Amino acid sequence: MSHLEDSILEQPGSSAAQELAAYGAVAEFDSPENLLEAIRSARERGYSRLDAFTPFPVHGIDEALGEKRSRLGWIVLIAGLAGAFAAFMLIWWTGAVDYPLVVAGKPLFAFEFSVPVIFELAVLFASFGAVIGMFLFNGLPRLYHPVFQHSRFERATDDRFLLAIEADSDCFDAGGAAEVLRALGGEHVEVIAE
Amino acid sequence: MADLAIAQELNPALVLGKPGYADVTRKVAGIVEGRMPRVWYIAIACTGTLTLALAAMLAYLVTTGIGVWGNNSPVGWAWDITNFVFWIGIGHAGTLISAILFLFRQRWRTSINRFAEAMTLFAVACAGIFPLFHTGRPWRAVYWLFPVPNPALHIWQNFRSPLIWDVFAVSTYATVSALFWYTGLVPDLATLRDRAKTRGRKIVLGLLSLGWRGSARHWRHYELAYLLLAGLSTPLVLSVHTIVSFDFAVSVIPGWHTTIFPPYFVAGAIFSGFAMVVTLMVIARQVFNLKQFVTMKHLENMNKVMLATGLIVGFAYATEFFIAWYSGNRYERFVFLNRAFGPYWWAYWTMVCCNVFIPQLFWLKRVRTSVPAMFVISILINVGMWFERFVIIVTSLSRDYLPSSWGYFRPTPVDMLTLAGSFGLFLTLFLLFVRFLPMISMTEVKGMIAADSAHSGDRP
Repeated sequence: MSHLEDSILEQPGSSAAQELAAYGAVAEFDSPENLLEAIRSARERGYSRLDAFTPFPVHGIDEALGEKRSRLGWIVLIAGLAGAFAAFMLIWWTGAVDYPLVVAGKPLFAFEFSVPVIFELAVLFASFGAVIGMFLFNGLPRLYHPVFQHSRFERATDDRFLLAIEADSDCFDAGGAAEVLRALGGEHVEVIAE
Repeated sequence: MADLAIAQELNPALVLGKPGYADVTRKVAGIVEGRMPRVWYIAIACTGTLTLALAAMLAYLVTTGIGVWGNNSPVGWAWDITNFVFWIGIGHAGTLISAILFLFRQRWRTSINRFAEAMTLFAVACAGIFPLFHTGRPWRAVYWLFPVPNPALHIWQNFRSPLIWDVFAVSTYATVSALFWYTGLVPDLATLRDRAKTRGRKIVLGLLSLGWRGSARHWRHYELAYLLLAGLSTPLVLSVHTIVSFDFAVSVIPGWHTTIFPPYFVAGAIFSGFAMVVTLMVIARQVFNLKQFVTMKHLENMNKVMLATGLIVGFAYATEFFIAWYSGNRYERFVFLNRAFGPYWWAYWTMVCCNVFIPQLFWLKRVRTSVPAMFVISILINVGMWFERFVIIVTSLSRDYLPSSWGYFRPTPVDMLTLAGSFGLFLTLFLLFVRFLPMISMTEVKGMIAADSAHSGDRP
């Protein structure tokens, strides 16, 4: 792979078109601590769009990347309330409106006997909200992503930690970003096309 | 960090031998990528045969009628509902381990949660068969069980009935357990995809892992989704066996109509579920040499959970007797004396021996940490828990208010083969799971190793 990185790095003034088409510069780190250190330093140098690819969630990475807390909770709350409402409507409409059926002289609708089904459907809808919401927020399923081109990507789901300086960062130029990643201790630095 | 340090001191032996991240991948992914040991083929040949027996028995039932079972009047619910409650209960340990122990930050859940969650799914699948085929015409049951517009009668379900609550509880439980399990699997499937050698594996695993790339932005949503699912599953799992117990408690049959049922059923479910996890885990860790990740600490903790829930169950048996006497209700008194000394005395005392007396051996550390001892005890506990459901259902139904309508239940060979077949199905699904999917969560074990090394300062 080194001939590719070198060929890009040897021409710091490579054509503007090539830089526009870049996804970013990606480097490999060997531990979560070194990755976090590199993220902080890269942000201090003014790179605003960073992403990391790690085999497990790294503690403290959101703060280092400046990411806000996920808003998924709101989706789950809304989905759960929708489930509860759907269950209420189902029980009330089927039992008291569409086919009123008196059983043992009991009322056609009452809150008490509806509780179990309302609870279950609230949990069911909320769980779907959590899973579907999470994948939608993440833009998944998406079977291709430029970072898969990195020659060592398969290690990012195994035991290594990739850091990407993305091309839409402030002050991004491919050669410079690669140089910075190398200076921060990254190995296998590669500039990846979009 | 302080709480981590405490956890560290209390749980010194959750992962042995300081493996690195790549060691975890190699060990766990290696199992599904390599060849299965010979014993796996022998096992699946046996369990596959039993599964075929189940299919044959169900086909015989559907083409003949549910009279092929021993159910009679007055014992209209017999082995089928016993088996249903038994299998649903088995499932509960999986959700307890994956959700409740997660919320309580019990780090020892990490190596065993995937395994236990898979067990939950397969147990619920086995449970669902029994009430479905008890209807006799399972293809029409969709109109009876779910609010699907019925073109022939235009009638809907009676939502005052605990049986319809049960349908909603069990189907929600099965669905949410599957979602939780799959969400946990996605990062591990991506690991398998990136290690895949053949084109077929790359395509299948690529599709199943949905293009997961371990992006930090993704982990942020993922971790919250996992936490929320754990938070949702916790009341869900408690509600499921509570509602199963309502099937009995909401009726007016002596021995069923009691408010102790929900907590008593939930404790019993966790008791039997942990016993099943131990039975299977002891075998899997031996066959696949997982002693590094599933340590004696894990097994001992599960045995302690069994001891605690076994005591709750024993206490509930005693409370039932006390309340039957204290209530002054002659039917209640009769039912409980009849359970212990009537025609089903042998079932009652099997239950008490297996569930109350034998688990007391777990007070001894030597028994708790002995693999052969826990293997035998865990099987006996599940025998006992099956008999508990049998005793509750059959003794109460066979002798209720009117002596003129008393009866006795005898299982038929079809009953017996159907139960054996459900074990075949459960174990077959399990064997396929260990063959094709990582049975330990690589992601979570690596995260635990990282937390340990951040604390202790040495690099994995």
